[in-house]
Amino acid sequence: MSAAPQKAKAGAEKMDVTVSAVVPLNDLVTRFEFQRPNGERFPPFSAGAHTVVTMDDNGRTRLNPYSLMSDPADASTYAISVRRDDEGRGGSLFMHRNVKVGDAMTITYPVNLFSLDLRAKKHVFLAGGIGITPFMAMIAQLERFNGNWELHYSVRSAALGTYVEQLTSKYSNKVHIYYDDQKQGIDLEALLDGQPLGTNAYVCGPKGMIDWVHATASAAGWPDANVHSEEFTAPQPGKPFEVRLCKSNKTITVGENESLLEAMEREGVDAPFLCRGGACGQCETGVVNADGEFLHRDHWLDADEHASGEKIMPCVSRFVGTSLEIDR
Amino acid sequence: MSKFRFPESIKSRPVYGTLEPRPGKYHLMIADAEGAEAILDLAGQDADLMAKTHIIYIPKYTDFGDKLKALNPAQYYEGPTYAASVQRIQRVLQDAHMGTQVYLTGTEGLMGQAQNECMQAGIPHTAIQTEHRGSVVRRMQCVHCKGITEDVATDPYVCSHCGLNLFVRDHYSRRLAAFQGVCIDAEDPGNVPEQAELYS
Repeated sequence: MSAAPQKAKAGAEKMDVTVSAVVPLNDLVTRFEFQRPNGERFPPFSAGAHTVVTMDDNGRTRLNPYSLMSDPADASTYAISVRRDDEGRGGSLFMHRNVKVGDAMTITYPVNLFSLDLRAKKHVFLAGGIGITPFMAMIAQLERFNGNWELHYSVRSAALGTYVEQLTSKYSNKVHIYYDDQKQGIDLEALLDGQPLGTNAYVCGPKGMIDWVHATASAAGWPDANVHSEEFTAPQPGKPFEVRLCKSNKTITVGENESLLEAMEREGVDAPFLCRGGACGQCETGVVNADGEFLHRDHWLDADEHASGEKIMPCVSRFVGTSLEIDR
Repeated sequence: MSKFRFPESIKSRPVYGTLEPRPGKYHLMIADAEGAEAILDLAGQDADLMAKTHIIYIPKYTDFGDKLKALNPAQYYEGPTYAASVQRIQRVLQDAHMGTQVYLTGTEGLMGQAQNECMQAGIPHTAIQTEHRGSVVRRMQCVHCKGITEDVATDPYVCSHCGLNLFVRDHYSRRLAAFQGVCIDAEDPGNVPEQAELYS
């Protein structure tokens, strides 16, 4: 994973789209398909890329990242699949409740923080729940040149197995489904054992699953470079806190249900970002002064950087204390 | 003592470390000459390592073979040259699985070429351990005729293929497993600095 180049304006370039289809897949997951106005074609993307969707929720702007799960070779449509999170901050609920066919929306150009390593001799995909989405695009991309892949996909139940039927009917020999409600689990140690040299593993799912795959692979002697993961963290609510932005010469208050990044945007500060989920590193900000404790939630800074208190990722991390001044 | 501290150099120049046992079911150790000493050190750190280890060793002018055999590795092969051993290395890598740990030690030419084979087999170069031991001779490529000269010990040296006088540089090609030698008297033919031993 590497940082995207710094750009003059925050976030990736945006484009206008029209919602061309809303397809409920099961109780929790709905697919949204987008097309460009006037039949324009979308820019091509590499499998694993995500887009940040702008939602205008009654005057409040929500920006949520979603993996593109359509076939990268299909430039007529982009598709995302959104899992409704009733306890979340409201982005997925807004998508499920308010977005209808024909709506005009704004999304960003694709950004890929989870790309295939095309040098790999074999690709092993490990998905948990809605973590299936980037693999839908990866499978489509690999199928085009007869890539060597297999998928191990853990779902809660048959009823909540998003795309299970489509995958098993099309690729019956390559797709393995594990049902939680039947006490089935991925036997990871056995699965990793005996994979040919040059195999790359990719995991997308809950944090526990990602950590488990990294730790198990590492203990089996897999190089870190061969294990890829992506996890977008939604910013967690927390106690409001005040922060001084020294470059902008402003003091703002970050509310309970917004992130530091969102608070800066609300105040008109042009803060950089790409993924908004603690993964890409774009929003990294220097801490000038701090008296208190950081609640780091990103996957970008390493443990030493977290401990140093010299940097913060405003998209997901918070602060508790008496004063905070950052270099923005 | 077979260890040599290379001076700091440009980014292109490979940097070697010290071998350490890593977790894994299968361990492949490839060494030449004094590299055997690094394997002996490694074996001393982990008593269980050798039972899972395949050693491919090219003694060159040394006689460490018996000491390595006494470690009782799962497999031991001694080859007369790297060229004679490379088919075996390729065959071993072809059958190897993820989790295989590779340890390369000895001269730069041996480590570079074996690393290249491992990379082609799908191991990222960052996951391959190396430790330099023994001679500081270099495997050089002439950038003019592309010919490789092994075991270059002096700077400048004469290309064994085209005969040009070549300046020994730290510019390295991982793909070729060779340093790049450039003609030193192109502008003023015959004006060649006096030959000196590397690092003398």
